[in-house]
Amino acid sequence: MALDQLVMTKFGETAGEEMILNMGPQHPSTHGVINFVVHADGEVMKKAVPQVGYLHRAIEKIGEIVTYPGFMPYTDRIDYLAAMFANEGYALAVEKLLGLTVPPRAQYLRAISCELNRIASHLISLGSMAMDIGAVTPFPYALRERESINDLLEALCGARLTYNFHRIGGVGFDMPDDWMPLCRKWLDHFDRILDEWDRLISFNEIFVERLAGLAVIPLEMAINYGLVGPNLRASGIEFDLRKAHPYGAYPDFDFKIPFGKAYAGAYRGGVVGDCFDRFYVRVLECRESVSIVRQALDKFPPGEFMAPKVPRKIKPEAGEAQSRIEAARGEMAYYVVSDGGERAYRVRARTGSFLAMGIIEELSKGLMIADLVALIASLDVVAPEIDR
Amino acid sequence: MSALTFEQIHQRLAGKFGEAVGPLQPAKKDPFCTFAPARLLEICRFLKSEPDLAFDFLEDLTATDHPKLNLIRVVYHFYSYPHRHMFIAKAEVNRQISEIDSVEQLWKSANWMEREVYDLFGVRFKGHSDLRRILMPDDWVGAPLRKDYSEAGGYRDISNVRDNPLDLYLSMDRELKAQQAAAQPAAGSQSAAAPEQHAAPNPPAKPGA
Amino acid sequence: MKELIDKIIVEQLGHDPQTWPMAQGLYLVGMMLVGVLLTTFGAIFAGLLSWWERRIAARIQSRIGPNRVGPQGVLQFIADALKLILKEDLIPTDSDHILFRIAPYFVMTGFILTFVVLPFGYHLSATSMNVGLFYVVSITALVVVGILISGWASNSKWALFGGIRAAAQVVSYEIPAGMVILVPIIMAGSLNMHDIIRAQGGAPWDWFMFQTPWAYASFFIMFTALLAEGNRTPFDLPEAESEIVAGYNTEYSGMRFGYYFLAEWGNLWVMSAVLTTLFLGGWQVPFVSMAKLTAWEATGHVPLWYYLASAAVFTLKVLVLVNIIVWIRWTFPRIRVDQMMNLCWKYLVPIGMGLVVLAAVTELLSYQLFGEAAKGQAKVGSIRDTLHFAFFLVAGLVPFAAFALKTRRNIYIVGDRVDLSNW
Repeated sequence: MALDQLVMTKFGETAGEEMILNMGPQHPSTHGVINFVVHADGEVMKKAVPQVGYLHRAIEKIGEIVTYPGFMPYTDRIDYLAAMFANEGYALAVEKLLGLTVPPRAQYLRAISCELNRIASHLISLGSMAMDIGAVTPFPYALRERESINDLLEALCGARLTYNFHRIGGVGFDMPDDWMPLCRKWLDHFDRILDEWDRLISFNEIFVERLAGLAVIPLEMAINYGLVGPNLRASGIEFDLRKAHPYGAYPDFDFKIPFGKAYAGAYRGGVVGDCFDRFYVRVLECRESVSIVRQALDKFPPGEFMAPKVPRKIKPEAGEAQSRIEAARGEMAYYVVSDGGERAYRVRARTGSFLAMGIIEELSKGLMIADLVALIASLDVVAPEIDR
Repeated sequence: MSALTFEQIHQRLAGKFGEAVGPLQPAKKDPFCTFAPARLLEICRFLKSEPDLAFDFLEDLTATDHPKLNLIRVVYHFYSYPHRHMFIAKAEVNRQISEIDSVEQLWKSANWMEREVYDLFGVRFKGHSDLRRILMPDDWVGAPLRKDYSEAGGYRDISNVRDNPLDLYLSMDRELKAQQAAAQPAAGSQSAAAPEQHAAPNPPAKPGA
Repeated sequence: MKELIDKIIVEQLGHDPQTWPMAQGLYLVGMMLVGVLLTTFGAIFAGLLSWWERRIAARIQSRIGPNRVGPQGVLQFIADALKLILKEDLIPTDSDHILFRIAPYFVMTGFILTFVVLPFGYHLSATSMNVGLFYVVSITALVVVGILISGWASNSKWALFGGIRAAAQVVSYEIPAGMVILVPIIMAGSLNMHDIIRAQGGAPWDWFMFQTPWAYASFFIMFTALLAEGNRTPFDLPEAESEIVAGYNTEYSGMRFGYYFLAEWGNLWVMSAVLTTLFLGGWQVPFVSMAKLTAWEATGHVPLWYYLASAAVFTLKVLVLVNIIVWIRWTFPRIRVDQMMNLCWKYLVPIGMGLVVLAAVTELLSYQLFGEAAKGQAKVGSIRDTLHFAFFLVAGLVPFAAFALKTRRNIYIVGDRVDLSNW
């Protein structure tokens, strides 16, 4: 169907009782510029068809134009809420092509910055989910905590949002001298904030009632549709790339992997793989990230923060490499093809949000419009990751 | 729950499908093999249903364009959650008649990824339930990620051809010098406000080093 | 008020109000004056409440809120009103022009007209209608007409959503509200707002809320139903910002948009005033028993300080309730449409019916037991009084104290403290 037929006309409905509405692209709670063409019969939807591409910036094409190190700032923009992961994925892929080993201090710095960024990204996701359900207060609380993380990361690399911190072969800067005690102090403070979060919103009766049993994604469906990250874990599988195929400094750390267990409780209709599980898995992941950062700070090794002998002009030999990392929104896979020149032949970033969008049309059948908002929020999609 | 290596998986495939499965390319960091497009669906079905292989997750479906070889290679990355192993395969498609079977019936994640390859490379997937553009607008012409893609002069009323800002500044400089040479002191402030053109010019610009 | 004007005509002007032809004119002038006074009060209160709500919301969310326009930002609402008045008056081309224009006035009318009957203090209300409570309930139903009209007339599907949701919600919650209102009416024996207040007393255990468990439950049901009627969170679906952008007032701009919010904030006063009247003793001043008041009335001279104290007590109680409603808005998420209808029809309506029956039975029993002493404020030391005090301890003091302690623990356990320094 062409686009014009999908758009609402002046009196225009399809035959019968169906109403066609546009939710977006500017809407307070589609996470970014995404449009949903909702076929609704009153409050209940027949289906909601997502239309993406409003934020397409041709980043993969730019990857063929700029040099290998020059592409690093562009990876920030692939997911600007969890930019460290995008940096790391690309760096890992190119390092695989070059055959570089990254020194331990750099790996620890990568792990620390990534885990802090994971907490920041989850805070936004949880806060905006609460806001979409109607509780406005948790969002500023989440932002308040995220400000501290932004300050810490700004001390590390100079930027609050698009970090460009990781480099091919290591990281860009070393940790400042007084950074560690500040980080520890904040981690101690943040533990109690997570407890307050649980008291405020996680187990609030109305909140749980809204999310329990909603849009259940069984495990086979999740794997078939390609969900990754917290979305997949909430459907009941204990799979995390940091444990299954460890990379970087993660083998040194001891942490649990939270997965869906119907946290809403059976008496409220909670089922493994519902929206509340996807929400609560992210809350638990914040706790695990705090533990990882603490361990990393305890075991922080001395040494170089950049691999020795990284060539000035990076020209890997012809070949291709794929790197997979556990980003905040799921597994991000970078596929870099090199033809021996200074510029990549093809850079591909497969993001978790792109796959998550594919499941929305299927799940939206029979939901209400308020539920669609909750579903999108629980899948934690961001437009830059979808459109690149 | 045993993870197989690339070689072992390739042996299983070659044993079953023989010629349709190309040799495992030497490991330039990530080995892959090539499937014959005609039997792609069969091989993929085998990959998914065979208990030892059990590739239940189509991790990535993308393409690379090789104009010199007149090929578009569609790249598949498979992963298995039960066994925790992965496999990479490619299928080659002619650049002019770019058609290949869709694997959407096996893995629903292929739905959106094949739409993206269709959109950006122009490869048609036979049997796809809803093949239409996904990232570009519906009435866009051309496949942007192809190597020989060049934009049309504009899209609807929006032109994408701009003067090179460097030329503009150079000409403004020349004018200013001419003015200063002509009228002596009090060369007033140039009131020509530089228009806010900051997009890169159309052909691929020199990359910032 | 009519008595006041009659008194002025007789005493100051020396005419007989029944025959003097100008009496009607004076009545009219009086009505207009009172109308202007009440409308002004309603509007100014709504404006100040907008500022107050924003400060409270900000404080809850760890921010500051408007504090620049005027001392502590008090004049923010005047700045907002000016801005809205000076805005372009946009009327969508395809909308129904007449209906689009008059919809806000329905809402404003429905809200302002209730002020006529609210008891601001002892003998301080515009009228003392025999059917005051009935009048309030029926007049507030005008608001839903306005919302529905605006949803339809905007010619926008999202606005229509908001309008339909609002209609469903408000009309549904009229039922439990209307039912549960019967409980204090039965206990007081009258629909007149002042009579209902006079049947209560000054001390908390003389309020209807703490007299019987049915009245206690009725308070909470009434509170919920009034939140739903006023479109306040957790029942603010009609204007759910994150789902349907702004619901029924999506297409409105400028002062028309302002009228909706004026009505919403002003409605908080009306809702809290009704709740105070029915359940919290209205303007009854503590430590002044009804016996004393009737004694004063018998002499014909009630002291002036009593008028002022009653107005102050009423205002205080209403403000406490308003603050609680504001507090709830910024704490709880929003309930979904079908859950809201579920709650109303499957839970509140049957419970409300049960409460009315129980209240009626209790009233009859209480007449059997206590005879004439069953009406009005209980005498200090009587059995009735002791029962009320015991119930107040169990149902009022203990939960309140527990809640306060828990809140204090929640604040300190995070390392926070109650801090008004950046107020």
